[in-house]
Amino acid sequence: MDLNLFVWRQKRPDEKGAMERYEAEDISPDMSFLEMLDVVNEELIKRGMEPIAFDHDCREGICGMCSQVINGIPHGPREKTTACQLHMRNFKDGDTIYIEPFRAKAFPVIKDLIIDRSALDRIIQAGGYISAHTGGVPDANTILIPKEDADTAMDAAECIGCGACVAACPNGSAMLFTAAKVSHLAVLPQGKIEAARRVCVMTEAMLKEGFGNCGNHYECQAACPKGIKVKFIAKLNREYIKAQIGIK
Amino acid sequence: MLDGKCPSGPIHEKWDRRKQELKLVSPANKRRYKIIVVGTGLAGASAAATLGELGCNVEAFCYQDSPRRGHSIAAQGGINAAKNYPNDGDSIFRLFYDTVKGGDFRAREANVYRLAMISNSIIDQCVAQGVPFARDYAGYLDNRSFGGAQVSRTFYARGQTGQQLLLGAYAALMRQVRAGSVKLYPRTEMLDLVIVDGEAKGITVRDLVSGDIKCHAADAVCLCTGGYTNVFYLSTNAMGSNVTAVYRAYKKGAFFANPCFTQIHPTCIPVSGEHQSKLTLMSESLRNDGRVWVPKNKGDERPPSEIAEPERDYYLERKYPAFGNLAPRDIASRAAKEVCDEGRGVGPGGYGVYLDFEDAIKRLGENTIRERYGNLFEMYERITGEDAYKQPMRIYPAPHYAMGGLWVDYNLQSNIQGLFVLGEANFSDHGANRLGASALMQGLADGYFIISYTIADYLALTKPGSVNTGHAEFRRSIEDVNASIKKLLSINGRRTVNEFHRKLGRIMWEYVGMSRNEDGLKKALAVIPELRAEFWENVTVTGSGEELNQELEKAGRVADFLEFAELMARDAFYRNESCGGHFRVEHQMPDGEAKRDDEDFCYVAAWEFKGINKEPELHKEPLSFEDVKPAVRSYK
Ligand SMILES: Cc1cc2nc3c(=O)[nH]c(=O)nc-3n(C[C@H](O)[C@H](O)[C@H](O)COP(=O)(O)OP(=O)(O)OC[C@H]3O[C@@H](n4cnc5c(N)ncnc54)[C@H](O)[C@@H]3O)c2cc1C
Ligand code: SF4
Ligand code: FES
Repeated sequence: MDLNLFVWRQKRPDEKGAMERYEAEDISPDMSFLEMLDVVNEELIKRGMEPIAFDHDCREGICGMCSQVINGIPHGPREKTTACQLHMRNFKDGDTIYIEPFRAKAFPVIKDLIIDRSALDRIIQAGGYISAHTGGVPDANTILIPKEDADTAMDAAECIGCGACVAACPNGSAMLFTAAKVSHLAVLPQGKIEAARRVCVMTEAMLKEGFGNCGNHYECQAACPKGIKVKFIAKLNREYIKAQIGIK
Repeated sequence: MLDGKCPSGPIHEKWDRRKQELKLVSPANKRRYKIIVVGTGLAGASAAATLGELGCNVEAFCYQDSPRRGHSIAAQGGINAAKNYPNDGDSIFRLFYDTVKGGDFRAREANVYRLAMISNSIIDQCVAQGVPFARDYAGYLDNRSFGGAQVSRTFYARGQTGQQLLLGAYAALMRQVRAGSVKLYPRTEMLDLVIVDGEAKGITVRDLVSGDIKCHAADAVCLCTGGYTNVFYLSTNAMGSNVTAVYRAYKKGAFFANPCFTQIHPTCIPVSGEHQSKLTLMSESLRNDGRVWVPKNKGDERPPSEIAEPERDYYLERKYPAFGNLAPRDIASRAAKEVCDEGRGVGPGGYGVYLDFEDAIKRLGENTIRERYGNLFEMYERITGEDAYKQPMRIYPAPHYAMGGLWVDYNLQSNIQGLFVLGEANFSDHGANRLGASALMQGLADGYFIISYTIADYLALTKPGSVNTGHAEFRRSIEDVNASIKKLLSINGRRTVNEFHRKLGRIMWEYVGMSRNEDGLKKALAVIPELRAEFWENVTVTGSGEELNQELEKAGRVADFLEFAELMARDAFYRNESCGGHFRVEHQMPDGEAKRDDEDFCYVAAWEFKGINKEPELHKEPLSFEDVKPAVRSYK
């Protein structure tokens, strides 16, 4: 199939960018979206032009590196699918596709479709962990965890840290990302001990990084490629209130 | 003759004895030492976190935008440990035995035993960190089986075990960043190792955003940069996975061990066309419930549902009744290639076999299968557009893992003092073939539980901060790196970096892939240098060095693959035997199994760089087996 692309090009962080038009020809439905961009890039390089810069690594939907808004939707039209896992059979011959970087105040563009997401790392640095030392921990089976709790923790822990939730949110909030980590650790017995402090410092770090407040729009859940549920935001809020009034 | 410097004594006492012998650095002194850790996958993140926690100053580097994205994140199936929770006869000795045998008697016994011993502590550590491993209804940890083992010893977190383990290690790392003991350098690529008076004292890196070339000095360097199977172009590795860090250390004198030992994983989604940029693994754990088959008749193009039971060949179950669908990877991969070469392969192009869940769904119900493998089935559907609950998956082998890597002694130190190598980047524990679920175990054993002891022994004899980046060796390194970047940018040829990489991949898959022979390897040794020469005359790299430039990054990596490929082919050529993943067609049993030659090849081949277009020098570390008797590896 042949496609019409409009792609965000921006040379540097401080430069103004613009959408530019490209043609993608002879695209097979079996290609992934990024493989389609590879084809476009090979063409550009052969014509001595600069290829489109975009982040990617695993190309199997798990590293969280790819970060494109496709036709207005972070990671594109298919639900629970990262850009790298989106395949061209979801498009048809003659389609026009708009490709932009994830946009948010806390995610400055570095080049073309590449953004700076280090703010998410700093939220984790603030306290998104259990302070276990290496060594000196008890036998794994001395900590029993009800299966439902382990499953809930895993549901939250599946977050790949891509930032699509932020890009989808009208307020540029990182609430779903933060809530996923807070919830993952707070439902586990090992994580309960630091839960109160954790929710406070992570929320604080989130606001300090310039992410907006959660306005209950739930666009984040719709965009999340891992199906992280907004119920975890409710869980974060409960944990936050508990921490504020000092309930253990 | 190379010496692995293993401790003496009975196998189960060796590690404790070594720990007794190793010198310690007092807590107050640790602060004065700086350690560079390149790579933040499982090995690097766990090492950096642990060393930071002990008080060292750590600088951690990775090429992705966040340390959480190292390719360990993609590991699906699980991690082994000898806990014997299911009470099915497992033990440290059995895990050790299985690993040595699985590696076809080409690994160092003492290392493997230590790995098996430490395996249990890893699970404890990860649970304490909050890794949400699968649980049974009573709240205990659950296990499953993996290839090459008859016990159930694999711990898992749905189909995302690597992700959960890495996020655990990443969290520990971030805690140290917060504490100020670790400084992070994401989007930074190591391009050279700096050696001062014979010891590793720093690295030269490129800031991938600004393009700046900078040096970092330290008291010791740990390379944890993962595997090199992207030398095949198509593999299950991430797009950025490379040989650059370890290869440039090799060019500075570090020995490269067993480069030809690469693993082809039996269960990947088949190639769908020219455009293919990588191959996706379908976890081996699927072989617990899936049955592998092809039609009995050649060229049978009917859909699988129309091929009746008697017309199917469940070839793994037929050939290896004891292990069946769980035969080790090298064996399962070759068996798939064999049936496809016979013309019995399925799917477009005929290079695929079925992995069928029909019986398992009948037995256990679709829900159980969904619970066990749901995310894999979804991934399969996204890529192929097919529903594996309704029709069998199509799978084919793909390059996956590098058993080879930089040579290290028992202390994980290379032949260069002060250079330590961890995780997939070293060669140490898996011999000629790695068993499933043991790479995660090795990466974390190296990073959490070994390096902190062994590096202290080196540091104790080292004056902290003895070298800084003002030293002439650092200046020279910067000049060299700048010169090679300039050269890449100035060729302005007509072929893209990808075209060269793809072409190299085809050569490697054809001649240095799943089965190898003397003529093919000679051919590879002739054509690789030609391709390399063409690269340096005809490649085109757009943009400049002073900006974010992904073509330049790729070009540097492919340039190294083009040199490394030759080393790999040479090693395969000299290893004139079959063992594990290294299958030389000249050496096989009457039934087609790999035929080892313990008389002549029971050694680690460690290569020393002698110059581009010059033959490297081979050093041998003889292997001896005292606790597991080398036998013909049989899985029948
Ligand atoms: C798809 C897949 C599934 C797997 N499943 C399993 C499984 O179920 N069980 C199992 O035990 N094993 C599995 N493995 C193997 C296992 O995941 C890897 O061997 C292991 O995770 C490697 O860890 P590592 O820390 O050594 O390297 P990696 O996780 O690959 O990390 C490498 C690090 O080095 C950095 N780096 C690399 N080069 C440079 C450079 N030049 N400069 C700066 N930084 C650099 C990267 O940024 C990264 O941080 C799987 C592998 C793959 C590919
Ligand atoms: S919550 Fe979902 S969208 Fe947000 S970072 Fe995690 S995986 Fe990405
Ligand atoms: S490239 Fe890894 S998630 Fe898309």
